[in-house]
Amino acid sequence: MTRDEVYDRLNEIFREIFDDDSITVCDSTTSADIEGWDSLEHINLIVAVEEEFGFKFQMGQVVSMKDVGEMVDIILENGD
Amino acid sequence: MRELEYPFNSEYLLKKRRALRKSLLNQEGPWVEKRIAVLGGSTTHDVISMLELFLLNQGIRPQFYESEYGRFWQDAMFPDEELLSFRPDFIYIHTTSRNIRAFPEPGDSPERAQELLGQEFSYFRQMWESIGEKFGCPVIQNNFELPDVRLMGNREAFDLSGRVNFVTRLNEKLYEYARSHPGFYIQDILYLSACYGLDRWADPFYWHMYKYALCVPAIPELAFNLANILKSLLGKNKKALALNLDHTLWGGVVGDDGPEGLQMGPETSMGQVYAEFQSYLRQLKNLGVLLNVNSKNDMENALAGLNHPDCMLKPEDFIVIQANWENKDRNIQAIADTLHILPESMVFVDDNPAEREIVRNRFPGLAVPELDSPEQYGRMIDRSGFFEVTAFSEDDRKRNEMYRENVRRASLQASFDDYEDYLKSLEMKAVIRGFEPVLYDRITQLTNKSNQFNLTTRRYTRTEIEQAAASEQMIDLYGRLEDKFGDNGVVSVVIGNQEGDTVHILLWLMSCRVLKRGMEEAMMDRLAAICRERGDKRILGYYYPTAKNAMVKDFYQRMGFEKTEEDADGNTVWRLCPDHYENQNHVIKVVSEDDER
Repeated sequence: MTRDEVYDRLNEIFREIFDDDSITVCDSTTSADIEGWDSLEHINLIVAVEEEFGFKFQMGQVVSMKDVGEMVDIILENGD
Repeated sequence: MRELEYPFNSEYLLKKRRALRKSLLNQEGPWVEKRIAVLGGSTTHDVISMLELFLLNQGIRPQFYESEYGRFWQDAMFPDEELLSFRPDFIYIHTTSRNIRAFPEPGDSPERAQELLGQEFSYFRQMWESIGEKFGCPVIQNNFELPDVRLMGNREAFDLSGRVNFVTRLNEKLYEYARSHPGFYIQDILYLSACYGLDRWADPFYWHMYKYALCVPAIPELAFNLANILKSLLGKNKKALALNLDHTLWGGVVGDDGPEGLQMGPETSMGQVYAEFQSYLRQLKNLGVLLNVNSKNDMENALAGLNHPDCMLKPEDFIVIQANWENKDRNIQAIADTLHILPESMVFVDDNPAEREIVRNRFPGLAVPELDSPEQYGRMIDRSGFFEVTAFSEDDRKRNEMYRENVRRASLQASFDDYEDYLKSLEMKAVIRGFEPVLYDRITQLTNKSNQFNLTTRRYTRTEIEQAAASEQMIDLYGRLEDKFGDNGVVSVVIGNQEGDTVHILLWLMSCRVLKRGMEEAMMDRLAAICRERGDKRILGYYYPTAKNAMVKDFYQRMGFEKTEEDADGNTVWRLCPDHYENQNHVIKVVSEDDER
């Protein structure tokens, strides 16, 4: 799985969760860049990513994640 | 919406909930508006968002009050202005065993464990009592899930100082409270979490990360289950089953295999599967669910199958048997017409996907569970929550008997040329009186589930029914009808409110199973008599049209009222002068308070 492939699938998840087809995320995207991405929505994002890529985040990873780029790193390491 | 029917895809619902919500809200009403306060001991954000989807799917449009994180007890004990002015119709208390303040320590004496149990229970009881005083609305409290770790291992189950034992005993005290307090309902998350798997349900990741007491993917299950309780309290349960026979009630095709070649009964493993399903359906019948047959078969063959000695459902267990070669949607309509219920109050049970699709397309709102494998039929219907029992009255117990009597009445009617002669031959007796405490539950239930013969479709809580009964200003009447075939129970409810010398009829409803029996005339006679006695000069009746109550559009005209107002939506107001009213009932012998003086 390449980084670009992860982004294709990840963008789809963001668009579904925030119900906005214009969203495109990149390495430097953070919650400040997307309307409605608060801590409560973050949970749904995590659950949807876990479902899509077939793995579970560890709590330590979620707590320290700074931006979408770091999320993609974790997905590349653990996901399928 | 198919996506919200059991078995739903939880991940999909969580991911797509914004889009789903939008499309549900775009659907045409009519909506039942309800205010629900959710008081949580953990995060409740997604519990609310999922509950909203399932309720919208049932035609219920909720507004929510959500307590601040973990403030369930404070909100219930000392509600702030926001909650007070919200005036909830329902309060849901979502707590978790993590909210239990003090557990016994291993080795604590039985007395100490008992003391803590008492303390913890009264912490909760105080809260429910406070809600009772301040809001008087139904309360749904979930019980406690089992702790996710067990210090002493298996010993925790029975040792009085074990947490597992403590939670079990605390739950038992909740159930005692529920048994003795009408309007207090338990949501059994102990069962839900067992079905889901406690290890996944209580995944500590979600508690420590977001303070959710259950894992987020399990929230749709919790919300669906809660929506079933609410739907039941609002009278939106299904009422009847329309059952296919071949490959559904038994294995094989009776027309081809003959009754002796069918699979049912204890002899084979497949036979046992069908026997277990039949037994489940028979128990549903005892709860008041009406059983009917909708099968492509010759009647003779259908009856031969049902009369098979191993069949646990006999022809007399069904109200209507439609066994013919008509399309199944037409048979559904025929069953609905005979029972005087709406097709959408039914569940169609058929193993054939093509038949299901036809019925599903013809009647949106009618439930059509997906059945694939016979050993799963019972669980599929069970988990769908069509018949969630929140109250179980004498009427429920006797419902099948009452409907069967109705079918016998219909065949008697066919033997009379004159309808009034037929009514007289029924030897009807009615009791028409003010509300009585033993009937409050049944009266409340009727106000919440009657849709067709209902002039204003006003829904009442039990507390409001008690208030109507107690108020001098209100006129409250129930009618109970009995005839030579049996007792129909409470079938009509009327509530009026007096202002000056005018009585406004706030509620007038009747059960459709006593349609055209003269009961509405008897009720009107009684209302007019009471109004004359009280010196009222005017009775005003109101008709508010809904999707379901067209049958009573001209009711007040038929009763001799005069129309005084009509607006663009078809809402009408009607007037009657009780002094000029002549009694209309000549076929029912009525007993009221007057006769007992």
